[in-house]
Amino acid sequence: MKKEHEEFIDGYKSKLPPKIITEIKEHVPTNVTKAKLTKILEEIHGIYENAKIHSGEGVGIVSAESIGEPGTQMTLNTFHLAGVAEVQVTTGLPRLIEIFDSRRAIKTPMMEIHLKSPHNKNIDKIKNFAAQIKETKVGEIVSEFSVNLLEQTLKLILSKDSLESLNLKTEEVAKLVKAKTKSFNLTVEGDEITLTYKGKSDEIKEVYGIKEKIKLIKIKGIKGIHQVLPVKRGEEYVVLTAGSNLKEILELPEVDAEKISTNNINEIEAVLGIEAARQAIMEEVSKVVESQGLNIDARHLMLVADIMCVGGVVKGVTRYGVVSEKTSVMARASFETPLKHIVDASLVGERDRLTSVVENVMLNQPIPLGTGLPGLVTKMK
Amino acid sequence: MTFNPNKHRLVPKHSKLSDKEKAKLLEDYGITVKELPKILINDVALEGLDANEADIIKVTRHSITAGETVYYRSVING
Repeated sequence: MKKEHEEFIDGYKSKLPPKIITEIKEHVPTNVTKAKLTKILEEIHGIYENAKIHSGEGVGIVSAESIGEPGTQMTLNTFHLAGVAEVQVTTGLPRLIEIFDSRRAIKTPMMEIHLKSPHNKNIDKIKNFAAQIKETKVGEIVSEFSVNLLEQTLKLILSKDSLESLNLKTEEVAKLVKAKTKSFNLTVEGDEITLTYKGKSDEIKEVYGIKEKIKLIKIKGIKGIHQVLPVKRGEEYVVLTAGSNLKEILELPEVDAEKISTNNINEIEAVLGIEAARQAIMEEVSKVVESQGLNIDARHLMLVADIMCVGGVVKGVTRYGVVSEKTSVMARASFETPLKHIVDASLVGERDRLTSVVENVMLNQPIPLGTGLPGLVTKMK
Repeated sequence: MTFNPNKHRLVPKHSKLSDKEKAKLLEDYGITVKELPKILINDVALEGLDANEADIIKVTRHSITAGETVYYRSVING
């Protein structure tokens, strides 16, 4: 395309979004005359302006219906695929509810870890990395616990196989155990660790208590990563994990930090900020929607994600989240727990200014939407 | 090693508006700072921007529908 044409199209940058500008540049024939190009651009600009949402349009309810209706078509529960070695993930309606409610603890936290170039091609390196990050607790490598109540001792016999596969020595495990068991004397013999209680000999529950505690001591890996699964994605290998710990994984030197993803939106909010959380909400919802074979326009998801993130923190679409932000008492009361809202409001003498939709519907008044939005001004003679 | 959150795939570009730009924006939309969407002052994406309360942050998002969109957030002390 001629340079002057390109510059001419760029002149429309303030009127048209960048995506349309690039599309025009791609599709306009190279031999177009300037007069025709002007006509094309004006036509496109007209169509674009017409396609815009008019002020006063009730976008919220349109989005609500556009997400709600396909939502009824969703399979209620997860598919169970027999024999497929993938990490189990919540999808479908339960996952959608989880995202929109902005639950703190999600059912199946999951991460997809991409590695930097030399690490991501070799299957052995990937496997090694996966083993490194998997959280291993003492309970998993002990083949036998034996409690001797008379002598107040607890003997741990470590499994040789597990020690070998984790590349660990008995002494290293003993050191970690020792740090958490201050009231016990610790001795190591071969792959046996013996703990003897220092205090009075008539307290039986001490030994039992410490047994449960020891089981949970972390010896290797990253907290929260329960399962690891190296898989091939195109040319490279990535590690899928059950359990998520974005903060600590990002600190590892081998990982490609820019590409790492997790499905835990609260974690993203804390580690990457509110804008990343908004983006993640949209991506997670569209993943669910696509996996169910549904088609929801991205604009509806944008609106929901924007509303959830408008206050600087992620708020769920619940009575504790975005609904509690409504200024009108009656609008809040109409959602859930009406009595509580009305009682609370009357106790502090709250005033309802009837500026929004729901409260005006309740009072049988015109709602401030569409033609109800503008007020009329008349000149009196 | 500390990770720079602004490099992550999910984080759009954040920049701080100057006083002049801020005044123009508020006038164009006919609003006050309080009416804008918020961002917490300790949000990780604001690192290095030296943002104070009531500053306006311009977020240049990548958008599937428009290619690129701008969004404004005012900094609050949450």
